[in-house]
Amino acid sequence: MAVRVQFENNNEVGVFSKLTNSYCLVAIGGSENFYSVFEAELSETIPVIHASLAGCRIIGRMSVGNRHGLIVPNATTDTELQHIRNSLPDSVKLQRVEERLSALGNVIACNDYVALVHPDLDRETEEILADTLNVEVFRQTVSNNVLVGSYCALTNQGGLVHPHTSPQDQDELSSLLQIPLVAGTVNRGSEVIGAGMVVNDWAAFCGFDTTSTEISVIESVFKLNEAQPSTITTTMRASLIDSIA
Amino acid sequence: MDASCASWASSMSSLGDVQKTAATILCCHCGVNIEPNPANMCVACLRTQVDITEGIPKQATIYYCRGCGRYLQPPNEWLTCALESRELLQLCLSKLKGLSRLKLVDAGFVWTEPHSKRIKVKLSVHGEVLGSTVLQQVFIVEYVVAHQMCDDCHRTEAQNFWRASVQVRQKSENKKTMFYLEQLILKHKAHERTLGIKPNHGGLDFFYSTESHARKMVDFLTTVLPVKYQHSKKLMSHDIRSNIYSYKFTFSVEIVPLSKDSIVCLPKKLTQHLGNISPLCLVSRVTSSIHLMDPTSAQMAEVNGQLYWRTPFDAILNPRQLTEYIVMDIEILKENEKKSFPGQGPVSHKHIVADVWVVKASELGINENTVHTRTHLGHLLKPGDSALGYNVSDSNVNNKTFESLKTEALPDVILVKKFYPNRRKHRNWKLKHLADENIVPDTASANNDYNEFMNDLEEDVLYRQNVNIYKADHVMPVDTNDINTEDEDPDAPRITLEEMLDDLTIDDVEMGEEEPQEEEEEE
Repeated sequence: MAVRVQFENNNEVGVFSKLTNSYCLVAIGGSENFYSVFEAELSETIPVIHASLAGCRIIGRMSVGNRHGLIVPNATTDTELQHIRNSLPDSVKLQRVEERLSALGNVIACNDYVALVHPDLDRETEEILADTLNVEVFRQTVSNNVLVGSYCALTNQGGLVHPHTSPQDQDELSSLLQIPLVAGTVNRGSEVIGAGMVVNDWAAFCGFDTTSTEISVIESVFKLNEAQPSTITTTMRASLIDSIA
Repeated sequence: MDASCASWASSMSSLGDVQKTAATILCCHCGVNIEPNPANMCVACLRTQVDITEGIPKQATIYYCRGCGRYLQPPNEWLTCALESRELLQLCLSKLKGLSRLKLVDAGFVWTEPHSKRIKVKLSVHGEVLGSTVLQQVFIVEYVVAHQMCDDCHRTEAQNFWRASVQVRQKSENKKTMFYLEQLILKHKAHERTLGIKPNHGGLDFFYSTESHARKMVDFLTTVLPVKYQHSKKLMSHDIRSNIYSYKFTFSVEIVPLSKDSIVCLPKKLTQHLGNISPLCLVSRVTSSIHLMDPTSAQMAEVNGQLYWRTPFDAILNPRQLTEYIVMDIEILKENEKKSFPGQGPVSHKHIVADVWVVKASELGINENTVHTRTHLGHLLKPGDSALGYNVSDSNVNNKTFESLKTEALPDVILVKKFYPNRRKHRNWKLKHLADENIVPDTASANNDYNEFMNDLEEDVLYRQNVNIYKADHVMPVDTNDINTEDEDPDAPRITLEEMLDDLTIDDVEMGEEEPQEEEEEE
């Protein structure tokens, strides 16, 4: 299920939120509208946390995380770190890294198993990344853009990449990530997918401008349709029919 | 509104290897499979989303003056342009604000009925949308042609259209010079810029829209005739605050009051200046200067305008007083009898001085006494010929200089020209005229003057070289050199066919008048 949401009249919701399979961080806004949408969708399953990083609201672009952990930049204050630590589930590791490319959300894209990172990322950060998030790290670009975190959105089910990504690049990335990839857009043709939406294995939030076509692409690639045909009619069907026959 | 094509000007380098099969994405609006572009939308959707012609008015008004058929080019210029012309297109495009931010690639007219007062212009523009996407769009702008009277027409309508006038006057009894002037103006097309020509008592008024046009006319007059002029202006209105003064200018041009074949009496000083010519002279021609001739010695003199106005002299005898004489006897003056003195002016070689004995035509057979005089027409006259001349001894002349002359030195008769009684009545040539109405009031004397002017043209080659002569319409243009009909004087001067021009006549019969006639014939 993909939901349209706006942060203070801004469609770039991926900038102001971070969504994983085990927690959700939401920036502190002027009103609780943005938070309410996330809470309504997610509060039954995962904690939805108000947070700021280094006093900034652009938490989605500054941090990177998945089910296993969360990595925040060095500028994050101790109080903020303490607040997030207190709010996160105990199983989630929290780590602060000293990295020159401090907008971690822009330079890293990951799901629960694999991470694509900026080719210039520090080797130390790469190690921390692998340890904290339990991921395999690949230095990659998405359609020649080094800001992989900005230009793609990944889950364990699938991924949406920059619209200019060629089929060859898509195949290469897809074989690295072991998930299906689709080139697409959000927010009525915007190419910055990472900034325009947040997604986990069962929910997606995208900007208010996102068209129904884009929603349907998102829902199909991230397999968010609630009324999904069960495996018995899809993957098992052929063998069943085969065995019955 | 319709768009014919759209081109994507995207940076191809970001696509990586262009040769690879390009990825396709779904159009974010309609979900159709497209190649990615800066807008990530298919052409059709992009067109529904953006209108690059936004802000350009689709309807505008242009102003047209019905009086002169010109269009207003703001702020206050009026242009003559035909429908569907390049100039009109320029005018139409200048009306469109906001066209500057787009690139205009094509513009043309869509045909509309001329009387519909609508002009439609079809424009193709290139505009940049959503980053670097260039979209071409075609649209039509409709112009409403509104009527507005231009300043010039307004002034004409308000009957105060002229700004400058030239008043040409000649204070003479004879109008030949005015007729000659009319032909000169026609030949040099000096009347082209006039707003109107009005015959007035003793001359003509020419009206102009600007002072410079009037000045040009005055300059023309000074070159072709001995004239003097005065310039005056009359304040019509003024605005002290903006220092605008509106004047009407008038040039008063006076032509010398002499005409061909008049006798003048020169002041003594002037005769000395002109090579000691005899004071009684015949005006042989008035062109840019006055040509004088002494009939007794065929001595010539030329008086230009400046000299004339410094020492003006009057005609003592006018062509109206010419009387017919019959030549009884003529004797060419021998070479040794001719008077010549040092400092004498030029003597004509075309004329031959002769002693002639004449009798008034009215007294022929009654009066046996012939009158002796000297004439310059020795080459023309034979005994028995008629000649026109002035009876000096019997005429009553009121002139100071004439009275100071010794009476015994005066000739009794001055012969002016040969007279052709059997001159043919119908001329096979004609002259053009300036205005529909005659330039001088239509009177018997004016008609007579005009007839004499035509005779003069026939007699004098030099005189007619400044005049355009046209073939007459209904007279068969036969070479007059071959004609020798009985009742006509074979010696009478004629204008040869070579000197005549073909007149342009346009026989444009109205269709409405033509058709009913044909029907009648059929019936």
